[in-house]
Amino acid sequence: MAIFGKLRWISRSFTSLPANPLRICVVGSGPAGFYTAEKILKAHKGVEVDIVDRLPTPFGLVRSGVAPDHPETKIVINQFSRVSQNDRCSFIGNVSVGSSVSLPELRQMYNALLAYGAESDRALGIPGEELGGVYAAREFVWWYNGHPDCRNLAPDLTSTDTAVILGQGNVALDAARILLRPTVELARTDITSHALDALEESSIRKVYLVGRRGPVQAACTAKELREVLGIKDVSIHVKQADLVTTPADEVEMKNNRIRRRVYELISKAASSGPSPPLPGQRELHFVFFRKPDRFLESDDRSGHVAGVHLEETTLEGDDLGKRIAVGTGIFDDISCGLVLKSIGYKSVAIDSLPFDHYKGIVPNVGGRVLSDSTGDLPQYETGLYVCGWLKRGPTGIIATNLYCAEETVASISEDIGKGVLTSNSSKPGREGLLQLLDSRNIRVVQFDDWEKIDAEEKELGNLKNKPREKLATWEELLQVASE
Amino acid sequence: MAPPQYAAPPPKRKTEYLEKDALQLYVAVACTCDFGVGRIMFISKFSRPGAHAIKSMVKAPYFTPRTSYLPVVHNHYLRTLRHEPFCTGAEKNADEGSEEKEKISVTFVDKDGEEKHIKVPVGTSMLEAAHENDIELEGACEGSLACSTCHVIVMDVNHYNRLEDPTDEENDMLDLAFGLTETSRLGCQIIAKPEIDGIRLALPAATRNFAVDGYKPKPH
Repeated sequence: MAIFGKLRWISRSFTSLPANPLRICVVGSGPAGFYTAEKILKAHKGVEVDIVDRLPTPFGLVRSGVAPDHPETKIVINQFSRVSQNDRCSFIGNVSVGSSVSLPELRQMYNALLAYGAESDRALGIPGEELGGVYAAREFVWWYNGHPDCRNLAPDLTSTDTAVILGQGNVALDAARILLRPTVELARTDITSHALDALEESSIRKVYLVGRRGPVQAACTAKELREVLGIKDVSIHVKQADLVTTPADEVEMKNNRIRRRVYELISKAASSGPSPPLPGQRELHFVFFRKPDRFLESDDRSGHVAGVHLEETTLEGDDLGKRIAVGTGIFDDISCGLVLKSIGYKSVAIDSLPFDHYKGIVPNVGGRVLSDSTGDLPQYETGLYVCGWLKRGPTGIIATNLYCAEETVASISEDIGKGVLTSNSSKPGREGLLQLLDSRNIRVVQFDDWEKIDAEEKELGNLKNKPREKLATWEELLQVASE
Repeated sequence: MAPPQYAAPPPKRKTEYLEKDALQLYVAVACTCDFGVGRIMFISKFSRPGAHAIKSMVKAPYFTPRTSYLPVVHNHYLRTLRHEPFCTGAEKNADEGSEEKEKISVTFVDKDGEEKHIKVPVGTSMLEAAHENDIELEGACEGSLACSTCHVIVMDVNHYNRLEDPTDEENDMLDLAFGLTETSRLGCQIIAKPEIDGIRLALPAATRNFAVDGYKPKPH
């Protein structure tokens, strides 16, 4: 770690910058954006950082992804707010890079750091994926968390008693928990009213969490699993046969503490239940070694899903990192009226940005964006960096971005030290951007405008004994911001 | 979603992190026990990090990442009280009055090996103490056991053993900590008490490798 010491020395010698400070625009105000901004501001005393987001509200998935019943996970917002309040930092919301302003235009005004995450989804690519009632888990999560893009998702929770969730990661568990938790408990959280109302009317009593592989490979972590296993009035169903482990499984568990604790929790749940179902009790089923083959269309309701056709799988491959689920040709069905695909997010490409469509990330080395050019030596795009899911792919927790940001900021600091990024350039920064947006009639939302939204949400929440009632439409958000 | 686990690099300054008396005690216990493998397994848990520490005395000190589950006794009757985040220094001064609040010595060692020695009032968490002394310990959830960013490595196994066992909740968060070791704890859950006077806490290094091809180094 001597390199960090060296870089700190280099950056210190650049602390007193001339009147034309280095300007960096961070695109995306989630954890990646904010941790990067914080570290840049700390390491370079003359740099100005603007954080741009296409939503009027900051904080990315901390606001729109973390479940309503996990308020402690959102406390990091306090730290991010302090970053925004730094004199050399500005939040500029309601600005979409790619439509309000193009990337080339932005790069004429700033050095840019893209941290806009992954707003789309991996597709299964199987028949029936377009049927009504089949959603990405991301859309469902955005819906109950009040993201304005999914305000009108209106999932039908009243025509069926069964939901199938494909995937067994923490997002899948969140969705299952929100569908199964007693609504009196949810009513005290910051879940949006439109979602709470729908859940109160919901007829869903059974949720299946379906994974291609076994309990040892389930992608969730212990805390979330413990929580979903402990939901009030929910019986847990796991087939004993699915718990049989192979020697390869044992090795995997021995090397990985998380896998072992997850497996232990699942097998404990399997051995202790379920007791004979009580009236009104809901069910959570863990289904392992099944991959979806196609979605079945309803006979009564054309264009709507009625079930999932699943193929049994077996794990092949000895290399622990590469064991994959392979179909066995044995099929069965689960009838359901709601399907949530929780198989991973995917980043969205924008014009003039090198993009790897297969991996769904921006090609980079240590956060420096690689040019599209083919040649022997890697060529970097000057003044263009990435951080977060756009850089690494959509995995990890909030804290993963701490280390990701450190790496990208180290690259930026090195480039400042080498003179690759200079403050002498005539980049107009914030003034230029605001002028351009004004000429396009785009109403920006600054941090104190967000604070008006924040205050309004808390006040509305107060009336309902909730921490906040989120404003979930573009119109409401922009209206309150401009008051 | 599981983060890869890495070894922290050796600190710049050679730090001796096994107290001499703990080493002697380990040797004494080992000698009095039958060295058959079965008996070894019943030696109290500190002997495992003890063996590791002895190895490290011989070569350059480094921290091995935890790769197997360290069995922890969950005694719910001794469950650590969840510490209220951020009792301010001002409140503490107000409380002192005629009674001097007892303080213990704590040393933080950062990822470059630089040490900072501070005094911490009994009852304060290591996270609060770090923030009050401008030590760069992250605390995203401000002490509510909802993250792993205040992860610290207790450098002396004696001190580690004098801490209350981690709860399930703390272990759940430790699962996700980067550079996890056998003497890792969350800083917000280590509460200053006289028995851990002189405790040395290392901040885990960020030896990240975010290779674009998704290469995950195997834990070792």
